[in-house]
Amino acid sequence: MATSQQFLNPTLFKSLASSNKNSCTLCPSPFLQLKSASTIFNYKPLTSSSATIITRVAASSSDSGESITRETFHGLCFVLKDNIDTDQIIPAEYGTLIPSIPEDREKLGSFALNGLPKFYNERFVVPGEMKSKYSVIIGGDNFGCGSSREHAPVCLGAAGAKAVVAESYARIFFRNCVATGEIFPLESEVRICDECKTGDVVTIEHKEDGSSLLINHTTRKEYKLKPLGDAGPVIDAGGIFAYARKAGMIPSA
Amino acid sequence: MASVISSSPFLCKSSSKSDLGISSFPKSSQISIHRCQKKSISRKIVSVMAPQKDRSPGTTGSVKTGMTMTEKILARASEKSLVVPGDNIWVNVDVLMTHDVCGPGAFGIFKREFGEKAKVWDPEKIVVIPDHYIFTADKRANRNVDIMREHCREQNIKYFYDITDLGNFKANPDYKGVCHVALAQEGHCRPGEVLLGTDSHTCTAGAFGQFATGIGNTDAGFVLGTGKILLKVPPTMRFILDGEMPSYLQAKDLILQIIGEISVAGATYKTMEFSGTTIESLSMEERMTLCNMVVEAGGKNGVIPPDATTLNYVENRTSVPFEPVYSDGNASFVADYRFDVSKLEPVVAKPHSPDNRALARECKDVKIDRVYIGSCTGGKTEDFMAAAKLFHAAGRKVKVPTFLVPATQKVWMDVYALPVPGAGGKTCAQIFEEAGCDTPASPSCGACLGGPADTYARLNEPQVCVSTTNRNFPGRMGHKEGQIYLASPYTAAASALTGRVADPREFLQ
Repeated sequence: MATSQQFLNPTLFKSLASSNKNSCTLCPSPFLQLKSASTIFNYKPLTSSSATIITRVAASSSDSGESITRETFHGLCFVLKDNIDTDQIIPAEYGTLIPSIPEDREKLGSFALNGLPKFYNERFVVPGEMKSKYSVIIGGDNFGCGSSREHAPVCLGAAGAKAVVAESYARIFFRNCVATGEIFPLESEVRICDECKTGDVVTIEHKEDGSSLLINHTTRKEYKLKPLGDAGPVIDAGGIFAYARKAGMIPSA
Repeated sequence: MASVISSSPFLCKSSSKSDLGISSFPKSSQISIHRCQKKSISRKIVSVMAPQKDRSPGTTGSVKTGMTMTEKILARASEKSLVVPGDNIWVNVDVLMTHDVCGPGAFGIFKREFGEKAKVWDPEKIVVIPDHYIFTADKRANRNVDIMREHCREQNIKYFYDITDLGNFKANPDYKGVCHVALAQEGHCRPGEVLLGTDSHTCTAGAFGQFATGIGNTDAGFVLGTGKILLKVPPTMRFILDGEMPSYLQAKDLILQIIGEISVAGATYKTMEFSGTTIESLSMEERMTLCNMVVEAGGKNGVIPPDATTLNYVENRTSVPFEPVYSDGNASFVADYRFDVSKLEPVVAKPHSPDNRALARECKDVKIDRVYIGSCTGGKTEDFMAAAKLFHAAGRKVKVPTFLVPATQKVWMDVYALPVPGAGGKTCAQIFEEAGCDTPASPSCGACLGGPADTYARLNEPQVCVSTTNRNFPGRMGHKEGQIYLASPYTAAASALTGRVADPREFLQ
C-alpha cells in the first residue's frame, strides 16, 4: 500500500471491539474517516473471537482540503454461495421487528442468517448470542435476491458484520446497503466464495484509486475488488440522506 | 420444428459473439444470444444490441434520439427531455405505497431525518396498505398496524386501508388486503406515472404502463420527506410474445417460462418490457401476474404498453388525469426475446429457485402434500375463477388440503358472488366447497412468505406444496425443508386433484 502517513496530531491507536454506528461525532458515515486527526496503523493478529476494526488515515496533500478515506475491515469471514435470498438472510417471520427501533434492530442482528439451510454447518450467530464473530461475509452470485425489506442488510450490520463481498448483487439489496450504510457492499472479480472458507482471517483495504483489495491471511491470497462505481459518492457521503444534503437536495440538519 | 421451438425456446449462450456483429458486451450481464434457426420462421431470429452508453444528448443533432417507455417515463419525471441508461437522476414520485412490515420503519427514518414535527411531502400521494401480518396473535405484528394508524392520523394520510377488527375482516370497511392488488383495484395505478413501494413486488404495477419498483425503508423515508428519489436509468430488455394463448396456459406459465430462460439474475438492473399479440390479448389481472415476477428475474421494473384494455380498467377507477407513453420505434433495447406462445406448455418452478423450470407434465411423479392458491401473484379474482373452472370441469374432490387465500376483500366477494362461466351459475366458492377445498380465508399475504407461526396455511413441516405464489427459496413459506413448486392456478388446481404435480391438460382438454 503506497500511502504515506502524516502525523499531525499523533494519537494513540485505538482498536474498536465493536462499532456503534451512530456514536462517532467525527464521522458522518460508518465508512468515512475525515482527516482531522491521524492514527497510527497497528496491525493486531486476531486473538479473540470478537471482530476488530483497524482504522487508518491516508494522508493527502495539504492544499486539497479534506481527504476522504474508507475504513479498513479485518476479521473472520463467513462464506456463502449463490442466490442467498433475503428470506435466508432474515426469515420473514422476523419482519415484525422494526429496524429503526434500536431494541428491535438488536434482536434482528441475533437472527441474522437464521434462514440458511443445513448445507451451511456454521451458524453466523450462535443461538443465544446477539452478535456474530464474523465481520466479513463472502458470497457468490445474486447476493440478497428476493425481498426489498431492509431487514436484510440491517440484521447483518446489527450482528456486527462490516462488509459483504459478493460476485454480484440483486439490485434492491445492494441499494439498501448503500442507502442505510449498514454494511459495505463490494464486488469481487472472481469467485472468492470458492477459494475462501468460513473462519479464514481476511482484511479489506481500500486504495486511493477507488478500488479495494481483499487479503486472505489464512490462504495467503489477495483478490482485487471492483471499484464502487456510481454508488461510491453515496456510500462515501454516508447514505442517501447525507448525499442528498451534500448535493443540496434537502436542507442540512 | 414445433418441438424445437417449444422445448428449447430460442436461447443459448453463444461464445462467438462476433457472429452477430456485437463488439462490446456487458460483462456482468447474463444475456443469452439467439442462434439463427434457419429451418423455422425467420421472425424467430433475435438480435441483441449492445447498450448505447456513449451517446450524449447534445451531439445528436437533428436526429431525434429514441427512448424506451421506461426511459420516457423517467425523463418526464425528472423534467429532462432525454435520459439514457446509466444516467443517475432525481425523479419525482407520483405514488408511494407502504404496508405494515416496512411502513413503521420508513416513517421512523422519515422522522429521524426530517424531524419529529416534519410533514410528508404530499398526504394524498401516499397509500398505506396493511396486508402482510394481519390475522395473527403476534403482538409485534399487531403493534405495527397500530403504529401505522398513528402516523396516518398525524400526517393526514388520505389513503390508509385500516383494519381494527382482526376477528372478522368484513367488519373493516376500509381494509383491502394485498397491497399490489389493492393499488390496482383502488385506482392508484396509472399509465406514465412513477410508483414506488416498500415491497419487491411493486413491479406488478408496470402492467399499467408505468414505472413501478420496490425500495427499502430508508429510500422510502427519503421519498416521504421529499417526493423524490435518486434512480439510475435502466436499459430495457424486450420480450415479444406472439401467438394465441392456449386454453390451458396462463400468464404465470409465461413468466415462469421467461425466468427459467434468463435465470434469477437475467434481468438484474434492467427493465423487462412485454409486448406482442399475446400480451394484447391478456386481461389486466393476467398482465399484473406477468409483471409481478419481474423481480424474480432480478428486474428493476416490468412494463407493458397501455392499450384499450388498460384504459378501460383505469378510467373506471380513477379520475386523476394521466398521460401514457410508448417506446419509440428507434429506441434501443439491450436484448430482444421472442416467444411463440401457442407452442408453450404449462410449467412449474421446482424447489428451490424461481428459475428451476420444468414442464408440469414431467413432474407428474412428484407426490405433494398440499396446494396453496393466493398472493399478489396468484390470488386475484381471475386466478380463483381459473381454479374453479378446472375443478368444475373435473367434477372430483381434491386429494390434498387445498388452501385458498383471496388477495383482497373485493376478490373474496367475487369468489362468493360471481358465477363461474360454464358452471351453470355456480360461484367459485360453491365449486371450491364441492371439491373439498378449505374455506376461502381472510384476505392478506398469508403464507406466501411464511409469517408468524400462527399464519393460516403456513408450512410448518417439511412438506411438498404446489403454490401460485412467487418465490420458493428455502424456508420461504415457513419450514426450511419445505418444498415449494411455483405454478399457475390451473396447474395448482390440477395438482390438488391428483395429489401430484399435474399438467392442467389432464382436466381441461
